[in-house]
Amino acid sequence: MNPAPLVALAGSPNAGKSALFNALTGARQKVANYPGVTVERHSGRSSLPDGRPIELLDLPGAYSLDPASPDEAVTRDVLMGAQAGERRPDALIVVVDSGNLDHHLRFALQLIALGIPVIIALNMIDMAERDGLVLDAAVLAAELGVPVIPTVAVRRRGIDELREALALALARKPVPPPETIEPFTTVQRRARAIAARAVVSERPARQATGAIDAIVLHPVGGVVLLLLMFFLMFQAVFAWSEAPIGWIEAGQGLLQKGFTHLLPDGFLRSLIVDGIIAGVGSVVVFLPQILILFLFILLLEATGYMARAAFLMDRLMARVGLNGRAFIPLLSSFACAIPGIMATRTIDDPKQRLTTILIAPIMTCSARLPVYSVIIGAFIPRRDLGWGVGLQGVVWFGLYVAGIVGAVLVAFVLRKTIARSANSGFLMELPRYQMPRMGDVLIGLWQRAWVFLRRAGTIIMGVTIALWLLSSYPQAPAGSGIRQSEYSIAGRIASGLEVIVRPIGFNHEMALAIIPAMAAREVAVSALATVYSIDATDEEKAQQSLGQQLQGRWSLPTALAFLMWFVFAPQCLSTIAVIRRETNGWKWPAFALAYLFGLAYVAAGATYWGAISLGL
Amino acid sequence: MRLDQLPLKSPARIASIDWAALVPAEARRLRELGFDVGLAIEALHSGSILGRDPIACRVGRMTIALRRAAASAIAVEPA
Repeated sequence: MNPAPLVALAGSPNAGKSALFNALTGARQKVANYPGVTVERHSGRSSLPDGRPIELLDLPGAYSLDPASPDEAVTRDVLMGAQAGERRPDALIVVVDSGNLDHHLRFALQLIALGIPVIIALNMIDMAERDGLVLDAAVLAAELGVPVIPTVAVRRRGIDELREALALALARKPVPPPETIEPFTTVQRRARAIAARAVVSERPARQATGAIDAIVLHPVGGVVLLLLMFFLMFQAVFAWSEAPIGWIEAGQGLLQKGFTHLLPDGFLRSLIVDGIIAGVGSVVVFLPQILILFLFILLLEATGYMARAAFLMDRLMARVGLNGRAFIPLLSSFACAIPGIMATRTIDDPKQRLTTILIAPIMTCSARLPVYSVIIGAFIPRRDLGWGVGLQGVVWFGLYVAGIVGAVLVAFVLRKTIARSANSGFLMELPRYQMPRMGDVLIGLWQRAWVFLRRAGTIIMGVTIALWLLSSYPQAPAGSGIRQSEYSIAGRIASGLEVIVRPIGFNHEMALAIIPAMAAREVAVSALATVYSIDATDEEKAQQSLGQQLQGRWSLPTALAFLMWFVFAPQCLSTIAVIRRETNGWKWPAFALAYLFGLAYVAAGATYWGAISLGL
Repeated sequence: MRLDQLPLKSPARIASIDWAALVPAEARRLRELGFDVGLAIEALHSGSILGRDPIACRVGRMTIALRRAAASAIAVEPA
C-alpha cells in the first residue's frame, strides 16, 4: 500500500500556521525530532473530503528560503526534497496573514516557484476585515495561479474548503525545484504589486492593536503593567493551586490507606506505600502549579503580548549584552528550562544564544517549587508583615530574585569573556493582538501535563524505587541504635558526599537527597520523604508531615543553605542533555555543570555561614 | 532625516537604506521583514522609562521593533 500523501504547512512566523495545523489535525498530533538537528518535527493525521487519509507536516516558521537558523534550514530542505528521512511533500499549504499580505506574499511566491502544488490559506481574514482591509481572494488566485482559500484557523472557518482544494491539488504531481531563483528584491516588489491589486478597500491599519499598544507600550504604564502581570502570574500559581493540591493529597492519602489495609506488613507494602506512593505523590502534587504557570505563558504568547514584553525588556537586556528576544526563553524557563532553552533558537546571534542557554537553568523553574515549598513551609514562620504581605511570600520572592540577579551577573560576565560578540541589535515583529482559542491553549497545556506526568511515572518513579531499595538495604541490626538511613547502601554513598557538603552546612540526609535529585529536582523532596519515612516509627509517620519531621532535624541556617543550593545547582540531567543537543557537543554542558555547581556551593556556603554569624 | 530622528506619529516614507552600515544579520532580517525604498513608515513608540531604545515603527501594515542604532541607517522623508 502506498503511504498517505504528505501535505506540508509552511509560512512566516505569526501567520497562524500552528492554529491551522490544530484545526486540520485536531489532537491527532505527533512531536518528534529531525535526525541530527534539534528541530522538532510536528506531524499529524487528517483526511480529504472523500475520507482518504493524509499526513500533515507543520514545517518550522520561516521568512525565506535562505535559512538564518537550523529551523529555517529544515523548512528549505524538506521543500527541496533534501531532508534526510523525509519525503518531499506532495502538496503544500502556504499560510499567509491576510492583514500582512504584501509581506507574506513574498515568501508565498518563493514557495510557489518550487514546483510543489500549492494552496494559499488566506488566514486571519476576519481580523484583516476588522482592521478595515477587504481582500478579493479570486483576484489573488488569478494573479498567483494557485487556489486561494480564505480561512480563520482559530474559529475553524474555511477548513472544509481547504480540504476540497487539497484533494484537487493532490491530483497534480510535484515537479523538481528550479535551478535558479528570482532575486529577492524583485520577488518582494512583485509581491507588493499583487497584494495591491487584491485589495478591494482599505482603512488605516491596526486600529484595535494601536489602541491596546497605546497602553501596553506606554513608557511608564507599560512597564507597570508588565510588573503587575508578573505579580499576578506568580500570585495565581500559589493561590489557584491550593484547592487542586488538596484534592491530590487527599487522593494520595486514600491510596496509601487502601494499600496499607490491603497488603500484609512487609517488603511489598513498604515499597508501594513508602516508596512509590509517597515518592511519586510528593511530586505529582505540583502539577497544578506547573500547569497554571504554563497557562499564563501560553496565553501571553497566543495573545501577542509576549512580543511587547520583549520590547519593554530590551533596554534592560541590552545592559547585560543580550536583547529583548532573550527575554521570552528566559520567561519560559520559569516554567521549565527545557522549552526555554529550545526557544533560544529565535536568537540570531550565536553568542547571545549561547549566553541565554547557559543562564536559563538559573531561572526558578517549576521543579524547584516542591523543594522551596516544603522547606519554606517548615522553617519560615507564617508571620504577617502588614499590607497582606507574609514573611513566607517574601522568602519566595527573594529566591526568585536571587535566581534573576544570579542570571544577570552570569550573563554580564559571559558576554565580556567567553561569549563575546558585537551587539547585533534587536529586530522583532510586534504581531496584532488576538483572542486565543481556548482549545489551542488546552492542547498546549495537555502536552505539558503529559510530559510532566510521564516524567513522574518513569524517571521519578524509577529513581524513587531505586532510592527506596538502596536506603532500605542492608537492614540495620535491630536494637543496635544505628539509623537505617546511615547503615544502608545509599547511606554509605551519602556519607562519602557528606564530607564535601558538610562545610556548607548540609547533613547526611541532604547529601543523600541531592544525589537522586540529579534526575529531577523534585526528587529531592520525595527522597527526603522516603528516607525519613524509612527511619520513622509508625507513630511518627502517622503524626508528622515531612515539614514537621524536617523542623525537628534541621537548623534554620541549614535549611536556608539548602534553598540557596537549589537556586543554582544544575539538578536536572534533562536540562544538561538539552544543552548538549542545542550546542552540539559536550563542551558547553560540561561548562554549565561546573559553573552551576560552583555557584551553588559558594552561595549555599555563604548563606549558611552568614546565617550562623547573624545568630539565626 | 533618519528614522531614529523621526518624531512619533508623523507619517513618512523610506528614502534610502544604507545596507552597508548594518550588521549583516540585521540587514538580512530587515530585508525579509520587507524594508524597502518607498515604503510608508511611521514611528509609533519609543522605548520606556527604562531607556530610549528600542523604537516601534509601522511599516506597511506591520509593526516592527528595532533599536535606534539600526534605525539610523534608514533615511526617511515626510510623506
